[in-house]
Amino acid sequence: MEIDYKTLGLKVGLEIHQQLDTSAKLFCNCKPELFKEEPEITFLRRLRPTQSELGQIDPAAYFEFQKGTKILYEANRTTSCLVEMDEEPPHPLNMEAVEIALTAALMMKAKPIDQIHIMRKTVIDGSNTTGFQRTCVIALKGQIKVGEKTIPIEHISLEEDAARKTGEDENNIIRYRIDRLGIPLIEIATAPVINSPKEAGEAALAIGTILRATGKVKRGLGTIRQDINISIPNGALIEIKGLQELELLPLVVEYEVQRQLNLIKISEELKKNRAKETEIKEEFFDVTNIFKQTKCKVIRKALDKNQQVLAVKLPRFKGFLKRELMPNFRLGTEIADRARFWGKVGGIFHTDEMPAYGITAEEVEQLKKNLNAEENDAIVFVADTLENAKDALKAVVARAREAIKGVPEETRAPNPEGTTSYMRPRPGAARMYPETDIPPTQITEEYIKKIRQFLPELPEQKFERLIKEYKLNQKLARQILDSEYSELFETIVKEISVSPTTVAAFLTETLKALRRDGIEADKVSDNQIREIFKSVGNGELMKEAVQDVFIWLSKHEDATLKEAITELGLTTISEDEVKTIVEKVITENKGLIQERRENSFGVLMGIIMKSSRGKINPALASKILKERLEELLK
Amino acid sequence: MSEEFSGYKGEALKAIKKAEAEIGDIIRITNNSEAYEGILIPRSEYGDERHIILKLKSGYNIGVRITSSTKIEKIGKGAKPTFKPPPLVKQIAELPKVAIISTGGTIASRVDYRTGAVRPALTASDLYSVVPELATIAQIDAQILFSLFSENITPKHWTQIAEFVAKQITDDVEGVVIAHGTDTLGYTAAALSFALQNLPVPVILVGSQRSADRPSSDAATNLIGAVTAAAKAPFAEVALAMHETPSDTAIAIHRGTKVRKCHTSRRDTFKSINTTPIARIQDQKITMLTEDYKKRDSKRKLALKPAFDEKVALIKFYPGMNPTIINWHIENGYKGIILEGTGLGHVSKYCFDAIKNAVNSNIIVAMTSQCIWGRINMNVYDSGRDLLALGVIPLEDILPETATVKLMWIFGQTNDIAEVKKLLKTNIASEFSQRTFSEET
Repeated sequence: MEIDYKTLGLKVGLEIHQQLDTSAKLFCNCKPELFKEEPEITFLRRLRPTQSELGQIDPAAYFEFQKGTKILYEANRTTSCLVEMDEEPPHPLNMEAVEIALTAALMMKAKPIDQIHIMRKTVIDGSNTTGFQRTCVIALKGQIKVGEKTIPIEHISLEEDAARKTGEDENNIIRYRIDRLGIPLIEIATAPVINSPKEAGEAALAIGTILRATGKVKRGLGTIRQDINISIPNGALIEIKGLQELELLPLVVEYEVQRQLNLIKISEELKKNRAKETEIKEEFFDVTNIFKQTKCKVIRKALDKNQQVLAVKLPRFKGFLKRELMPNFRLGTEIADRARFWGKVGGIFHTDEMPAYGITAEEVEQLKKNLNAEENDAIVFVADTLENAKDALKAVVARAREAIKGVPEETRAPNPEGTTSYMRPRPGAARMYPETDIPPTQITEEYIKKIRQFLPELPEQKFERLIKEYKLNQKLARQILDSEYSELFETIVKEISVSPTTVAAFLTETLKALRRDGIEADKVSDNQIREIFKSVGNGELMKEAVQDVFIWLSKHEDATLKEAITELGLTTISEDEVKTIVEKVITENKGLIQERRENSFGVLMGIIMKSSRGKINPALASKILKERLEELLK
Repeated sequence: MSEEFSGYKGEALKAIKKAEAEIGDIIRITNNSEAYEGILIPRSEYGDERHIILKLKSGYNIGVRITSSTKIEKIGKGAKPTFKPPPLVKQIAELPKVAIISTGGTIASRVDYRTGAVRPALTASDLYSVVPELATIAQIDAQILFSLFSENITPKHWTQIAEFVAKQITDDVEGVVIAHGTDTLGYTAAALSFALQNLPVPVILVGSQRSADRPSSDAATNLIGAVTAAAKAPFAEVALAMHETPSDTAIAIHRGTKVRKCHTSRRDTFKSINTTPIARIQDQKITMLTEDYKKRDSKRKLALKPAFDEKVALIKFYPGMNPTIINWHIENGYKGIILEGTGLGHVSKYCFDAIKNAVNSNIIVAMTSQCIWGRINMNVYDSGRDLLALGVIPLEDILPETATVKLMWIFGQTNDIAEVKKLLKTNIASEFSQRTFSEET
């Protein structure tokens, strides 16, 4: 069934984060790049929730702190210095980044602010060594056009990217790599006026196109991340954080609407069934004994480690846990995510899915008996250490109570299929305070005037130019403009005599198809792509072979184009050799040429192509043969 | 008045006053066609006269330029921030009592996210609420002595701190912790080492390199380490507790006379020089790293000697140094000069006349090394031997800063030159090490 999102009252706001392509990080002189090798430096920290005058503390952060969570940071010397380690105060704001951000801001018709003040936004999950993210507003009140609709841009900010999580060890140690920390990010926040999944996709695309038009943003997976705020009436404001694939955006919005509608329906039905929040009690039963002889591998493994099985009753919940909220995502999944987050357990079992996983009907019966469960109750149980199991079931109880109420406000993370999972509770009001280690930066009118003078062409102007200058059709021009490759496209067609349509089609349609087939297109560098087309241009590589070469290169990361051509047996015969062959064929067929004059061309071409067994570039051969024939027959 | 508009001056202040707005009020600033609404925020010291800071609804601060056509309207009264302190932690009567004395710097603080102000949290209940672990280590009595940046602490303050500490050391206090800014923390540690002799319990100085308002601050970990040492350590000396490495894993306890701030910003800035730290604290467990320490003994009677004489100078020799610098000290009534010489303890021979003058004027001239690590030896080269002949007193492996503090303290005790010389060479608070080992760098 098609949903009329506008009537439904869907409101979506986007926050697009894009890494800038600067030569140094935002607050120090380290290289803004990532490293793959083993870290050269590690250090261990704890972050402590600080208190605000309002007595607020971030509940998730406080919980982590109480659990004694420690963070092991990883670094190397190319990408981090004492600044990222929070062992040295930040250096002054990187003005290259400010200029790029202002350029993008002006392209979105935003008003630059007069004086930049850096703020500290408290974040204590470990992703920032300081415990806060440095961020500043650069401009306010811009706008973009999506079709006929104007979408206001509320603010454009500049901030430091966070460290990236590389793992979670036992003993409550989370690992973060600080190479990404401090890479400049521009944040574009739209007003929550987007009314449909499709429009959300279009708005993100429009913003992305403007950012790329600056020519100073990074490319590739992970360099652009989107936060999506979604709400519907009677639902809740849900923040989905860190979506990397733009193509997924409409689907993510669609699924989130589905999830909220289903949760609202479940809540109504639970109420009708007279389920009550107060009836769901934090009463946990030790049911380890029931599973002493179990065939369930997960429970067996836990019991072998001397862990417990704890169970809790959810009165009047029978059947609800298996209700689907999104494709392959049930209320049970949602509850399990909570248990995983707060209890650090591997997962939960519930009676709506029983018997399964080697748990027998008898064991389930016993369970019901032990918990005094009635026919329409559900039971959730979990096997882990007593502490984890308790924390997990507490989270289960809290989430089940919320299911009666409706949709809980939370921050969610996207899954590869477009669904989302619980990430953390929504942090309270933004806890920001000034970064006193960096003086404010004046943005003078002269400075803005200078940037305005050199503003890159707007996407719409470029669109027109692509059509006029390169004779691309409208569709291809739009595709290349919306892709990450519009600059590369122009570089290639300017320096190489090769059909712009061929290049554009390859960079858009072909690459899209290859990506769909699982080819890691980002592994092939811009330079390699340029070389490929250079070889096409000078006849060393046939147009038809470009795709094969590209695929081969994507699978052999450090290999050269030459190696690709050799390995794939695509070596073509050089121009000189072609000339020799043509000459030879002409000499051997003098009689034929005299007889049939220009009409001998087809026969001769056939002989030439046959003699080289396909390794000759037909265009080149045909050009040389034509020239020679014309000379001879003059 | 200017305090109400903290940080604002000139045109910006005039405009704010005209609108009758106060810090925390919601105001609207209109510049030509642009209007900005937000909370009026105080300015920091960087403040210029032409920008007003607003906190927008989004939480961000921006600076708005004031021109002759700018209009400011007050559109809402600022709500005063209310702090609901967390419930008081119960003191556990069985735990040892520790006195915490604050001299400045903030070992614990709260942030007012409305205005961005950072307020120190200094009472015992504040400390407990910010660093709840403390309640499981000791019963705390917290007091504020001064609120000074450590660069503003002088020998007069050392005297006051020493006297105040002596007052805290009553029968049932198991240890004293002193919170202090890190810049001159090493000097104060040395000063107290001489002023508080015959200690029955440990006196632990503590600071932080990252301000307490940030979640990554080292303040809490250092404070926990310091309170642990004060409550439970087996030694009774003046020591300093700070991070051992950039990790939050271990706290090193350094002897007060042998410790120096060695890095401008790192957490592990303090290093024991020419010796190892006396102890390490990890997970609230104390490991002694030396057997050579004064044992805790509650019956021992403290000897308080809090006087210091500021007429002592620390002079660093450098190529081209003008010897009249030394002469100036002679003319201005200085009683002692600690030279920070090069290498094994040298200064150029063009300074010899001035040094001779000083010695002849009954000024104590003693030698230390600017190398930071190692022991001086003035017998190896001619310069050293000549300086000894002039009457310069060689001071072994003492830190130049500690030597300066010690000489100030000696002149606080006596003006008898023979006695001064004797005390200067006597190892009073482990300021000299007899032997130095290869790992002690």
